Amino acid sequence: MPDTVVSASNLSLTFETNDGPVHALKDVDLDVDRGDFVSFIGPSGCGKTTFLRVIADLEKPTGGEISVNGMTPQEARMKRAYGYVFQAASLLPWRTIEKNIAVPLEIMGLSRADQRKRIDDVLSLVDLANFGKKYPWQLSGGMQQRASIARALAFDADLLLMDEPFGALDEIVRDHLNEQLLKLWDATNKTICFVTHSIPEAVYLSTKIVVMSPRPGRVHDVIDSTLPRERPLDIRETPEFLEIAARVREGLRAGHSYDE
Amino acid sequence: MAPGQISFMTNHGKAIPVLTIITILIAIWYACVVWMNAPFERDKAERISKPAPTLSQLIPATMAQERPVLPAPHQVVIEIWKTTGAMVQKGRPFSKRSLIYHSWVTLSATLLGFLIGTALGIMLAVGIVHNRAMDKSVMPWVITSQTIPILAIAPMIIVVLNAVGISGLLPKALISTYLSFFPVVVGMVKGLRSPDAAQLDLMHTYSASRAQTFWKLRWPASMPYLFTSLKIAIAISLVGAIVGELPTGAVAGLGARMLAGSYYGQTIQIWSALITASALAAVLVMIVGFAHTLVLKRMGEEPA
Repeated sequence: MPDTVVSASNLSLTFETNDGPVHALKDVDLDVDRGDFVSFIGPSGCGKTTFLRVIADLEKPTGGEISVNGMTPQEARMKRAYGYVFQAASLLPWRTIEKNIAVPLEIMGLSRADQRKRIDDVLSLVDLANFGKKYPWQLSGGMQQRASIARALAFDADLLLMDEPFGALDEIVRDHLNEQLLKLWDATNKTICFVTHSIPEAVYLSTKIVVMSPRPGRVHDVIDSTLPRERPLDIRETPEFLEIAARVREGLRAGHSYDE
Repeated sequence: MAPGQISFMTNHGKAIPVLTIITILIAIWYACVVWMNAPFERDKAERISKPAPTLSQLIPATMAQERPVLPAPHQVVIEIWKTTGAMVQKGRPFSKRSLIYHSWVTLSATLLGFLIGTALGIMLAVGIVHNRAMDKSVMPWVITSQTIPILAIAPMIIVVLNAVGISGLLPKALISTYLSFFPVVVGMVKGLRSPDAAQLDLMHTYSASRAQTFWKLRWPASMPYLFTSLKIAIAISLVGAIVGELPTGAVAGLGARMLAGSYYGQTIQIWSALITASALAAVLVMIVGFAHTLVLKRMGEEPA
């Protein structure tokens, strides 16, 4: 097992549009190590979501190299090397929560008994043990997003890709889910790539913060967090936390041109 | 309503407005009966040199003609009873004079045509959604097919099929198919494409095959669209079956009944076949609507 889960060098992706080429990613060099919690932060159009989608083989790069677990993204996808969580929970409304979690397991062809065990495991991981028989509409937005995280965890990939998973939730729910996500990361030893707009969220969660800048999308700064692994919510008031947050903010400001 | 119970009639509080409208329509109908049938009564009096009938003589007379221009509602109701309920009482519900018999003839063609049309519509939609060439080429033809008047094409279908030895139920059913596949194609293309990008992306990240994506995502997502289309399809299937009976001199079926009525000026018979046909359509649409509610309920739909 390589210790670098995601390795990108000179990675570029250019979309051809009617208004000419759009450089969503340009010359991105980045390594994500096993067990890292990496946040990608930057303004819209900086390519943070695109980068995640390239890892997931949802977009094909137009230049450079990228490997996921030492394989191409497509091979990694075929081997189900990662779970993906979108901003919307995207649960199927006609399936109960446990049946939603079963979708990837059914596609993998797991036996009923194996499915059952994994569903129970992940439901208790996200604190939804008693909600398996409910339909999505019977759950709050935060609970739905937890169910979608459970679904991404269900097939036990080492890598979790999360694209602004808490972006649509209110602050209090978000704090709670951040705390839960850290516990989950700690308990499962997964590698997490997490896209966000929020500086406090990025600093609170990450071991590594990637600050990106737009047009063309590139990596502006990579910050290794000095915060301990154990992080209560009030760590956000410590000088150490604020110092990292200030560096992120500075990076965002420097990388962002306001004249557009 | 207790949870788990299916609401068959959700139109609480609609009874009074509906009854009011029906009452008004019947009143207008009776007024038209007097107005349209009166000239015949006046002519009759004139021919035998009797004084013109007074209004109190005229009104009952216009409602009791044997071949009125416009039959009165109660005449139609009596005719329907004589050809349905009364036949059942006599133990001959499937006699050639019975509307039950004629309805069954039309209904069987309707249902067969509806089934073929639904299957055809679904297959075309699946092809259109999954195949780029079909996506580009089939839809214009599907739309074109519906711009041809069915009255023009129905006799040709019947005659051509007769020439190759196919007669009876199938040609009529095919006319129903011709009409009913259309809403199914249109609805199902939309339904099968209704999953959003994130849901399709998720299937991609699971490395799901096209068949798995279809059965786990596209097909269930299309159910509400399918049933909405089926409600239209069943109603026009009935229209198709009736139209299929008109140009061919069919001897049985609601369409044949209307045609025979018009040959012999039997307006009451035409109207009773007409009312029976629309009642049949209403029942068919209700059955599909009931199946709709049932399926969506089983799919865990949020109660409205």
